[in-house]
Amino acid sequence: MSEPEADLGRSQRIEQMLREIAGLLIGPVTAVALALLVGAVGIVLFSGLLPAGKPFDLGLPVQAYAALFSGAISTSTFTYATPLILAGLGLAVGFKGGLFNIGGRGQFLMGALGTMTVATWLGTSLPAIVEIPLALLVGLALGAAAGFIPGALKATSGAHEVVTTIMLNYILADVLYWAVSGPLVPALAPQPITINVRDSSNAFIPTLPATDINLGFLIAIAMVPVVWVLLYRTTLGFEIRTAGANPDAARYGGMKPRRLIVLTMTMSGLLVGLAGAINLLGLDHQITPGYDTTVGWDAITVALLGRSNPMGVFFSALLLGGMRAGSGPMQIQAGVPRELVDALQAIILLFLVINVLRRILGARAVRDTAMAELETVTRTYGRESV
Amino acid sequence: MVDIANWLSSLPVLGYIFQLIGYILANLPIMSQTTVAVAVPITLAALCGVMCERSGVINIGLEGIMLIAAFVGWAAGIVAIGIFPGQPTAVFGLTPALLIALMCAIVAGMLVSLLHAWLSISLRVDQIISGTIINIGAVGLTGYVNNLISRQSPVGAGNFTPFQVPSEVANLPVVGWLLNALFSQGPIGIATVVIVVVLQVWLFRSRWGLRTRAVGEHPRAAETVGIDVIWLRYRNVVLSGALAALGGAWLSMEQYSAFQPNMTAGRGFIGLAAMIVGRWTPIGAFGAALLFASATALSTAIVIGPPSGELGSLLVSLPTQLWDALPYLITIIVLAGLIGRSIPPAADGQPYEREAAT
Repeated sequence: MSEPEADLGRSQRIEQMLREIAGLLIGPVTAVALALLVGAVGIVLFSGLLPAGKPFDLGLPVQAYAALFSGAISTSTFTYATPLILAGLGLAVGFKGGLFNIGGRGQFLMGALGTMTVATWLGTSLPAIVEIPLALLVGLALGAAAGFIPGALKATSGAHEVVTTIMLNYILADVLYWAVSGPLVPALAPQPITINVRDSSNAFIPTLPATDINLGFLIAIAMVPVVWVLLYRTTLGFEIRTAGANPDAARYGGMKPRRLIVLTMTMSGLLVGLAGAINLLGLDHQITPGYDTTVGWDAITVALLGRSNPMGVFFSALLLGGMRAGSGPMQIQAGVPRELVDALQAIILLFLVINVLRRILGARAVRDTAMAELETVTRTYGRESV
Repeated sequence: MVDIANWLSSLPVLGYIFQLIGYILANLPIMSQTTVAVAVPITLAALCGVMCERSGVINIGLEGIMLIAAFVGWAAGIVAIGIFPGQPTAVFGLTPALLIALMCAIVAGMLVSLLHAWLSISLRVDQIISGTIINIGAVGLTGYVNNLISRQSPVGAGNFTPFQVPSEVANLPVVGWLLNALFSQGPIGIATVVIVVVLQVWLFRSRWGLRTRAVGEHPRAAETVGIDVIWLRYRNVVLSGALAALGGAWLSMEQYSAFQPNMTAGRGFIGLAAMIVGRWTPIGAFGAALLFASATALSTAIVIGPPSGELGSLLVSLPTQLWDALPYLITIIVLAGLIGRSIPPAADGQPYEREAAT
């Protein structure tokens, strides 16, 4: 084989790879761009309601997005992205296995509860090197248990995980509120509030030297390749993906769908629980009576925007984390309410599922979106269960 | 007889149960009116779910539809009261502004449902995702505009007032307290009781009901006998949006007279639970909603005046969160088939694709 031919082969391969990547990215990128456009129209429509705002102020969206962007270019993006990466990975594992885990809120809160219990119990009695792993371990174990329950219910009775996880969200939140209103409250505390892990225990995650990024971000990053290897380089991952893409094929191939359902849901809950655990030890430090999270819902957007691929999840978590980080500065500098970010998130999802480009340009130009994995999810809602 | 009753009461567990039943019966007339009121938005959400899922469309966006309707009702009232100022009338405190606001809330709910119908029926998008989009979007949209409006502390159109059941009726023996509980409500509350009965009859005794159930169980078979599956699903989903919207309007226009961010506080999801426990029937859903609401009412009654003796101290020692979690626990138990298995319509959640004409 002569030299130029080999070069041609390589450049063709590179070109093909680039085309592949572009095909993967074009859907999510269009969805985000269109959502920002719709958001701008919304800002203009309601600009007259702002204090000292002009009606139909065309400059306001520019001002708002500039503030959003400058706010997002800061370390707080990493802080907001940390739980989103972990919970997004959890949701993605579920999606790959054809399971829709809406129980993120409950699993996240269980993660927080588990770590807080350990931190309260140990206090400052053990060194941090023992306390932190122990607290995280109990947190992710409780998260995994919160994922195991709906998995086991589906495997044994066919109760659909979407409904059971929604119900568990409320049950588990009540468990947390019960714990915070009594058992976890230190004696002589003036109000129902837990200890602050930074002050009264050794189980808190410090920030990186000279920054305000907490080390939990590194744990989150480390989980990205772990989940990737699990999904794409292990037998279990292969079985999960097969069961998600085609449950019948998985059954004929000798896999055990019931066992896979329980395992997938448990792993999904474990990752979301870890998000709650790390968030508590690294950021919140304390559980107050109204303690709650939107991570369970945000993670759905993160996983779908990232096509349930660990790398994709990582980048979409950074994007959403950035939007959360920038929403505060946007409200202060431009007067545009921070709830815009929630609306944007819904619009991104909307354009993602509508898949505008695919509808305009036809099926061949754009690869199908992340929705392909979802097709098995609602099919099992009716009688046709495992 | 007395001996047996004494003997039964002397058994530890059975005695408690008897005392608890006696306590509930004694408190029923006082609790019942609030119980029905608490059950109203849950029932309306559940009815919306029943109409959708009976025709084969999952709707977990109930919460979002309610939230948007609650907000639109309030916001439209602010505008309408400026155009039609008027004093509340004796009947339900009705004003033109309130009626216009209610209409706006219903239309808003139906429009959101139309989005859900378009996504899940025409585009055949995953119906859980579609519901999730509605829920997240509702929080964002209502929060955004509310944030802007409430800075100016606007004056709303007020709220509907409850109907006063005449004391002759309320004091009737046996049924008096029940009639009082069911009808000492505002217009949306009373309408809910009527809608439950009407929908139950329609669903199981009318042509529309038969077609709806056929489409939800076996759309292909329904299509072969000439039922337009797509059109029927569209109609059901969009019309059902009006029911969830009424539930939302009840919050901001009947219970309270203003909107609060996230004021639905999970009622849409309890509605989903009531639908499942009520086995996808209107009467069943109403019953489940009443059961859930009575758990709330009972926990309040225990705080105010607990029963005497050991039972009282036992009930008081139970964490209040247990009562809050009870509806969700019951739903999981019923869904898992531990007590009276509840099974969804067979074609629920499956998008329908017409076979190509050959």
